[in-house]
Amino acid sequence: MTQPVSPPRDDTPEVSPFKEHAPWRTLAARADVRTLSLLGVLAALIVIGGITKPDEFLDTRNLQLVLTQASVIGVVTVGMTFVITSGGIDLSVGAIVALSSVWATTVATQEYGFAGVLFTAVLVGVGCGLVNGLLIAYGGMVPFIATLAMLSSARGLALQITDGKTQIVTIDGILKLGERDAYVLGIPPLVLVFAVVTVIGWLILNRTTFGRRTVAVGGNAEAARLAGIDVRRQRLYLYLLSGLCCGIAAFLLIILSGSGQNTNGNLYELDAIAAAIIGGTLLSGGRGTITGSVLGVLIFTTITNIFALNNLQSDVQQIAKGAIIVAAVLVQRRTASTT
Amino acid sequence: MAPEPPLLTMSGITKSFPGVRALDGVDLDVQAGEVHCLLGQNGAGKSTLIKVLAGAHQPDEGTIGWRGDHVTLRSPIAAMRLGIATIYQELDLVEGLSVAENVHLGHEPTAAGFVVRGKAARSSTAALLKRLGHPEIDPARLVGELSAAQQQIVSMARALSHDVRLIVMDEPSAALDPDEVDNLFRIVGDLTADGVAVVYISHRLEEIRRIGDRVTVLKDGRAVAGGLPAKSTPTREVVALMTGRNVEYVFPDRPRSRPPGEPVLRVQGLARGGEFAPLDLDLRPGEIVGLAGLVGSGRSEILETIYGARKPTAGRVSVNGRTLRPGSVRAAVRAGLGLAPEERKAQALLMLESVTRNVSVSSMSRFAHGGWIDRRAERGAARAATRELSLRPDNPSVPIRTLSGGNQQKAVLARWLLRGCRVLLLDEPTRGVDVGARAELYAVIRRLADEGLAVLLVSSEVPEVLGLADRVLVLREGRVVHTAPAQELDEHRVLDLVMEGSPVAGEGSPVASEGSPAS
Repeated sequence: MTQPVSPPRDDTPEVSPFKEHAPWRTLAARADVRTLSLLGVLAALIVIGGITKPDEFLDTRNLQLVLTQASVIGVVTVGMTFVITSGGIDLSVGAIVALSSVWATTVATQEYGFAGVLFTAVLVGVGCGLVNGLLIAYGGMVPFIATLAMLSSARGLALQITDGKTQIVTIDGILKLGERDAYVLGIPPLVLVFAVVTVIGWLILNRTTFGRRTVAVGGNAEAARLAGIDVRRQRLYLYLLSGLCCGIAAFLLIILSGSGQNTNGNLYELDAIAAAIIGGTLLSGGRGTITGSVLGVLIFTTITNIFALNNLQSDVQQIAKGAIIVAAVLVQRRTASTT
Repeated sequence: MAPEPPLLTMSGITKSFPGVRALDGVDLDVQAGEVHCLLGQNGAGKSTLIKVLAGAHQPDEGTIGWRGDHVTLRSPIAAMRLGIATIYQELDLVEGLSVAENVHLGHEPTAAGFVVRGKAARSSTAALLKRLGHPEIDPARLVGELSAAQQQIVSMARALSHDVRLIVMDEPSAALDPDEVDNLFRIVGDLTADGVAVVYISHRLEEIRRIGDRVTVLKDGRAVAGGLPAKSTPTREVVALMTGRNVEYVFPDRPRSRPPGEPVLRVQGLARGGEFAPLDLDLRPGEIVGLAGLVGSGRSEILETIYGARKPTAGRVSVNGRTLRPGSVRAAVRAGLGLAPEERKAQALLMLESVTRNVSVSSMSRFAHGGWIDRRAERGAARAATRELSLRPDNPSVPIRTLSGGNQQKAVLARWLLRGCRVLLLDEPTRGVDVGARAELYAVIRRLADEGLAVLLVSSEVPEVLGLADRVLVLREGRVVHTAPAQELDEHRVLDLVMEGSPVAGEGSPVASEGSPAS
């Protein structure tokens, strides 16, 4: 350390000319452009909803419903964003949500009350994530295959537990949270959970060593390993995290529907992946954005709501979703290629 | 020069990317049958220029003449149709296809317009490979099964499968052994004898002496000299043109006396079956030890095994007397080892990230309280470490991919400096680093050693090992065949040793260190 070192404090060192900042500045600006364009799409959707069904769409209850519906898939998407950022994929999220929701609503579990249901839902989610993580990180399996296997097994197990029947929840505490005018701190409980998960997810990804390691593993796993990062343990943790999010989502779904069903969480994996990708998380790993993912979820949920209000069938919805995914990725490719 | 019109004339080529003017009015003319060398530091515009020539980039301004006619190279296919073929540094072969399929990719011999005539493709490929001096490569083999050198031959065969008038070779010798380089030069000689022009890009000045006819030097997107005679222009002048400074392969002075003290790194009987024989090595603080040997002599494998990235089959590694858990990178890093790997981009860098994050990645926990990163402290420490190594630009917030090779390497060194490592393992530290930046990197490495670091250096460039190291271990086929202080060795002696005592034929003397042209 022979040279004097200026105090570490700024983004604007006095020595270097402005030119040297340019690439980073544009990158930052571009990230903002992406967020802004997602917000723009969301705003456009709200305008469309307001024009087509002014009374129903803009009704507070409806907007609350949109947010509530977004909460379940939103929590799953936060976990998925971490996994994708690390260069992985989790195809089993929908199946884990289903298994968690039915396991937590069996007659036997419900005897333990509110806490028993919550604990079971989370534990089953984390347990499935643990199996995924061990297979991928230490068993050397490709994430696509390992989680595909989990998808199949978890769905099968969910069917076995319920025998195809809906398991009604009889616990007052849970049913109360699911009522239309239930509020916690003035916010619908599901939305509150979604918000908390989002904030924590954002902080973990952007402000902690865990988040850094996730990005490093996704950006260049070999470089991360040679830099001294325990890549395998990090991968294990990431699938645990995704499983945990599925467990939480399953509990939210139990509140929302007052029941557990083996058909819960159908195609959540695709919705979560799509939301993360249109949000700007790189499918190849190395870059992820919680903000983008949440906006992606809100966009999809709003579309679904507008279509439902306008009595359009789900086939039209699905076509529109597909078109949005394509459009979003094309726009991103264009902004990326000008770098 | 011959009065006939040049095969290729590029004039006033300008190409800008957002924020960068990569080419600024470059002129280049190439005669049929000559080897025209393109020299320049990283970022000088060489890659952009050859991409324009290959039709992969469209110039903003400037004209391209081809055998006297104005042409526009709208796409790589257009360039290929004219007879311009490019062999890129990163080979662009499909590993899952056979040699013959790769060679004929895009122009397969067909029957009835779409049925590939595999036999015809294979026999014409075999003929091309024979012409290239590699009849042993089976056209039916998968490209993924071939060595890097063989893949390069396949790449060349693909170029020759077209009616080619001009071949661009981007650092073709970077991944080759000396005898393979000889074969490459023979091929280049055959091609030019047939009237094919070769545009040859290399960092190695001695190669340009051997095969080049003329040299064009690029600096900061401009051609600072065009058509210099390759054989008679003094090295000093070429280097001065490239760098704007008068720098050669300057090696820093060694400290007078050998550093005393206990070895910080001790390797005892370390071996990996099939890769290298049991190795003993002591490394003291302040000492630079070099491993010299050919590609495939086990050099990188030794470094990676010491570092724990590969698991040894025998032996042990200890740092300051404590034995490391074998096969654990984390144990090695914790004990104070750091590795600057051979493939910087693939093995060391997070290309999407800033310099800061690339530097701090190995010491994150130091800036974290309960997993929470103090980004201000992180930035400050990264800045201090990069300043200490004079990394340019002096702003660690920029993305690492915008840096030149030399500065990217400095970022890797800064990573270990920040970590406070005691033993630095350097695998080909100057690969892809231009001549001017090399001297700076050498000085940095020596300074780190003077400050008490122990350095283990691997390089395929013998002058580098001899110039930088205090002590040299010569490797042949995974075995140490000679150990001596660097001053007691010269390049010929080392090459003799690594090539099993046979006299070194055709290897030029270390031109760059003499400043006079080699014959």
